[in-house]
Amino acid sequence: MTWSQIATQPWMLWRRQVAAILRLELKKSLFSKRAWWIYILTLGPVFITGMHSLFSGSISGHTMGDDNMIFAGIFQVYFLRLGIFFGCLGIFSNLFRAEVLEHTLHYYFMSPVRREVLAVSKYLAGLIAAVTYFTGSVVLSYLFICAHWGPVFQQYLFHGPGLHQLGWYALTAALACVGYGSVFLLTGVLYRNPMIPAAAVFVWENLNPFLPSLLKKFSIIFYLKSLCPVGEIPTDGPLAILATMTEPTPAWLAIPGLLVVSALILAYAAAKARKLEVSYSD
Amino acid sequence: MTPSQPPSHQPPAPSHGERSEPAPRIVFDNVSRFYGEVLGVNRVNLSIGPGITSLVGPNGSGKTTLMNLMTGLIRPSRGTINVLGIPSGRPEELFRKMGYCTQFDAFPKGLTGYQFIYSFLLVHGMIESEAAKLTGEALQRVSMTEAADRPVAAYSKGMRQRIKLAQAIAHRPTVLVLDEPLNGLDPMARNETIELFKQWGEEGRHVIVSSHILHEVDRISDQVILLSHGYVVAEGQIQGVRSEVKDQPMQILVRCDKPGLLASRLFEQDHVVEAKVNEDGRGLLVRTHDADSLYLLLNRIVLDNGLEVEAVAPADDDVNSVYQYLIGAEGGTT
Repeated sequence: MTWSQIATQPWMLWRRQVAAILRLELKKSLFSKRAWWIYILTLGPVFITGMHSLFSGSISGHTMGDDNMIFAGIFQVYFLRLGIFFGCLGIFSNLFRAEVLEHTLHYYFMSPVRREVLAVSKYLAGLIAAVTYFTGSVVLSYLFICAHWGPVFQQYLFHGPGLHQLGWYALTAALACVGYGSVFLLTGVLYRNPMIPAAAVFVWENLNPFLPSLLKKFSIIFYLKSLCPVGEIPTDGPLAILATMTEPTPAWLAIPGLLVVSALILAYAAAKARKLEVSYSD
Repeated sequence: MTPSQPPSHQPPAPSHGERSEPAPRIVFDNVSRFYGEVLGVNRVNLSIGPGITSLVGPNGSGKTTLMNLMTGLIRPSRGTINVLGIPSGRPEELFRKMGYCTQFDAFPKGLTGYQFIYSFLLVHGMIESEAAKLTGEALQRVSMTEAADRPVAAYSKGMRQRIKLAQAIAHRPTVLVLDEPLNGLDPMARNETIELFKQWGEEGRHVIVSSHILHEVDRISDQVILLSHGYVVAEGQIQGVRSEVKDQPMQILVRCDKPGLLASRLFEQDHVVEAKVNEDGRGLLVRTHDADSLYLLLNRIVLDNGLEVEAVAPADDDVNSVYQYLIGAEGGTT
C-alpha cells in the first residue's frame, strides 16, 4: 500500500467506529461478573502490601531498601509472570471468545465495519482495562509497601529516585499488557479453547531464564525484565545452575521492539479476524 | 419457475455477462457449504430479484445456512455470492445495504432497547444525531417506542423479536434478510409485521424471509425458494412452480348450479382424473392433468348447457400444496 492509498483511507469513519466499539466494549472489559478473578489478581498485592504497611513497624533491622527489593521481587515474579500474564489471558482471549459463548458476536459482524477495525477496537478496549487494573495495582502496591516509612519515603519518592522507579514500574506493567494483550487476542481469535496455547506461552515465558541467549529474545518477559528499575532477581535453588545470563536490552531498543512485535501480532490477529465465521453451535 | 430433483436439476447459473455488471439481484453461483462432512447446502444457483422471497423447507433443509451465506456470517466452501454486486465477504460494504434479523435470541448485556439500536448505528460510523433519528424511526416502525428505555433483558419474546427487527431495518437497508421473523409474535404483531414486509417489498427492496408457517408465506411472498436436504428443489412464483409439477394433477374448484351435469361432461375427457361434488351441492372439485383444456371445455359447457358459474379457482397452487408435492410431510406447519 502506497502513502497516497493510506491517505485516502476513510480514517474519519474508522475513528468514529473505533469510538463506538470502545463505548460498547469498555463497559464489558472493565466491569464484568466474569472478571471477578482478575479483580482478585489486581487487588491481591494491594491488600498484601497494605497489610505489610500496617504491621511491619514491629520488624527490627528492616530498612526501606529491603522493602524496595521485596517490591522488585513482587513485580518480577508476581506481576510480570503471573498477575499480568493471567489477567491479560482473561481479558484479551475473551474479547471475541466471550461473544461467541454469549451468541452476540454476529451483531458486530452484521455492521459495516472492517473486521480489522473491530479487532483493533476490541484490543484497545482490553488494553485500557488491563492497563487501568495492573498499572493501578502496581502503583498502589509500590506506595503501600513503603508507606509506613512516612516522611523518609516521601523524601525518597519526591526528592530521590522513587518517582522515577515508580514510573518505570508503571511503564513496564503497561508494556506487559500491550505485549501479552496482543498474544492473547491472537490465541482468542485462532483457537476455540485458548487455554492450550496460553499454557504453551506460559511455559515458554517461564523457561526464559534457562534458554540460550538467542532464544531468550523471542519472548516478551525478556524485554520487560530489561525495563525493570531494579535488576533481575537471581534464580535460587537447584535450577539456578541451569540459568544463563544475558545482557539486558537497553530501553531504547526494548520499548520500540516490544511495540513493533505487538503491532505485528495484532495485525496478524486482525487479518485472521477477517476470516472468522459466526458458528455458535459447534 | 423451476422445480427440480436434487441434485440433477438446478436453475441455470447466471452468465458471465450478468456477473460483470452489478445488477440489483442477489446471485448465488454454484454455492456449496459443508460443516465438516455434513452438508449445509449444495450446488445452489439462485438469482433473487426485488420483492418478497420466501425460503421454505423443513428444519435442517438449509434455510439458515443460505441466509448466513448471503450475509457473509459464514463463507461458502465452494462458489461465490454477490449481493447487489457486492461479494458477501465484504461486510464493510455489504451491511451498508443489508439488514439481517437472525434467529439468535441473544443480546449484548446491560443495554436498553434504545441503546441496543443506537449503539450499533454508531458502529456503522454514523454521527450521534443521525443515529438518534434513525433509532427513533426504527422503534416507531415496530411499535416499540414506549418500551425503548427498558432493558432488553426484561423484554418478552415478542418484544425481543421486534427489537431485532428494528435493529435490522434501522439503517434503511435495501436488502432485508429475516430468519423466522414471525416467531414469538402475537397475531396482531404478526399482521403488522407482515404489512411491513409487504410495504418494503412494494418499495422495491429485496426482502428474504424464511418461515415454516406456510399460510403466512403464501400471504406475503412474491416468489418462493423450496429447500430440502440442502438442495434448492424449486424456485419462482408459486403458481409457476405448481404448474411445473406435472406428476400431480391440478385441483380446480368450480362453483356452479349444476355440478352433477358438469361432472358427467368432464368424465368424458382423458385428462380429468377425478371430479368430486361438494357437500353443499353447489360446486365441483376437479383434478386434471391439463388445466388449459379444462378451462376451454368449461366455456363450451357453459354455452351448450346454460351452466351458471359463480367461480373457478385453482385449489392447490399455494405454498402448502407445492410443499407437500415436492418435499412431502417432512416438516412445516400449516
